[in-house]
Amino acid sequence: MSDDVTEVQNTAEELHGCPVIMSLGQRVLLVARDQYVSVMKALLDDTFDLCVDLTAVDYLLMPTRVVGAGIKPERFEVVVSVMSMQKHDRLRLRVQVPADDATIDTLFDVHPGTEALEREVFDMFGIVFNGHPDPTRILMPEDWDGHPLRKDYDFGRIPVQFKGSPA
Amino acid sequence: MTVVDDRFAAANTDEGHQELRSRSQLTAKEVLREVGAVLRMSEAQVAALAEIEHDAGEDQTMIINMGPQHPSTHGVLRLMLELQGETVLRCKPIVGYLHTGMEKTGEQLTYMQGGTNVTRMDYASPLNNELVFSLAVEKLLGIDGDIPERAVWMRMLLSELNRMSSHLLFMASNGMDLGAVSMMLYGWREREEVLRFFQKVTGLRMNHNFIRPGGVAADLPAGWRDDVLDILEKIEPRLHEYDVLMTGQPIWRERLQGVGVITASEAVALGATGPILRSTGVAWDLRRDMPYLKYSELDFDVVVGSYGDAFDRYAIRLNEIRESMRIVHQIVDRMPSGDYRIQDKKVTPPPRARIDESMEALIHHFKIFTEGFKVPEGEVYVGIESPRGEIGCYIVSDGSAKPYRMRIRPPSFVNLQTLPHMMRGGLIADAVAVISSVDPVLGEVDR
Repeated sequence: MSDDVTEVQNTAEELHGCPVIMSLGQRVLLVARDQYVSVMKALLDDTFDLCVDLTAVDYLLMPTRVVGAGIKPERFEVVVSVMSMQKHDRLRLRVQVPADDATIDTLFDVHPGTEALEREVFDMFGIVFNGHPDPTRILMPEDWDGHPLRKDYDFGRIPVQFKGSPA
Repeated sequence: MTVVDDRFAAANTDEGHQELRSRSQLTAKEVLREVGAVLRMSEAQVAALAEIEHDAGEDQTMIINMGPQHPSTHGVLRLMLELQGETVLRCKPIVGYLHTGMEKTGEQLTYMQGGTNVTRMDYASPLNNELVFSLAVEKLLGIDGDIPERAVWMRMLLSELNRMSSHLLFMASNGMDLGAVSMMLYGWREREEVLRFFQKVTGLRMNHNFIRPGGVAADLPAGWRDDVLDILEKIEPRLHEYDVLMTGQPIWRERLQGVGVITASEAVALGATGPILRSTGVAWDLRRDMPYLKYSELDFDVVVGSYGDAFDRYAIRLNEIRESMRIVHQIVDRMPSGDYRIQDKKVTPPPRARIDESMEALIHHFKIFTEGFKVPEGEVYVGIESPRGEIGCYIVSDGSAKPYRMRIRPPSFVNLQTLPHMMRGGLIADAVAVISSVDPVLGEVDR
């Protein structure tokens, strides 16, 4: 078993102007929010054509975490996994999204398959995807209050929210 | 006396903007998505898609609901379809009826307990869920290279048997959806053979929590080899019966061939994996192309289709059962002896006999089951090939005994996005065939 330290290694490598770090042997690209879609487009041209996963993490309870490569940590992080079937290679992108402006551009124009995943992230974290064709909730009911996977979302003691149920 | 309570009126039970709405209420981009336009298509393909649209005035179309209680929507999938006559113009899957917040639950359970949670997601292939979760935890712990050989091979054995049982379930439900009702009984019958073996090994037919971080929960029972060979011997001739009953039968072919067609570039753009991607001719299988466990040492073929239609997806799954049987034969021959879990007393409980003689073992046993074990800080993504495509597990650890964030990348959820595309321009009667060929498991879609 390894020691209790963060296994983030900074590398000198850069990809499309973004620093690459190694996280437990996996390559992670740290992307700034304004470059995000253009980097994804560039990666698509690099044969990273399958967008496997898009999700988010709420780091509210880990304010002192180290992202690596000198990047300032923010509350939310959007995590995108892409794969190149030609090169048999995986790459993960992590984008910092601040709490006071929880928005990011949609990937719909680059990877239409992220449509439902972005809706899920909106539903669970309240991160808004600019330009998304259908910015609605997907798993929770339309009139639900709050975003369940946020770390400040109360659980266990909340009243059951059903339509028309007595308050 | 019945009092009609207006709180339960239809207006209060809808899903609002999640539903399919009339075209006049939508932006052009939304309509594009609902007709299943894949933005990476060629211009000719887009033009072909748009063609049906011209003759469909708003007054000639009808929006109907299919599900969530429709028997052939595999659980609680609800589709809203815009129809012109019998032609499907737009389709929108509406999901979430089975959402129970399993990713949130995963943050409250220790790594030791996490398996009980993930195994309930894709309930048709629970062992693959446990496997991907365990692999991710082991990678965070840094013990992924130290798992004993026998545990690795046992994991492969169970994973492949689970692939067989899952595909057999598909054979059953696909047959039932298309009117081959006897196939439903045959598929369930054969699946039961596999589940009976699972019960013998893990104690349960489903939701096993058997593959755990550090190895598996117990060794294989005595006589397992004969049981496995018995299953293989029984299923082999029955697959041949399926061929007679379905594959070669003209009615079956009429119903499936050319239905729900998708091309390779469209499938990739929509993020589809598994049999859907392979049906378009893309030979992509993580077991072969990015091997995990010891799949690189096994000899098997990746089954691909060429037309990308519902028949290809059926044929791929049928032949994947055969490939899995080939793999299981090799595993039975090569199953190594040794320990079935890592002897790291911080991760796995000590053997039962040690508890009687050692105070330390008792303490470790107690601590593992009450507090769990601490996992170093870090984040990791692991993806494996489940019967439905790539199932992935993304875990963020903050150094405690519970995951800070536990994400399962659900193949069915992503694959569902191909439905509007596959249904566009098809007949309403074929909608059932298309849904069935995607083989979604709603427990995993909604989590």
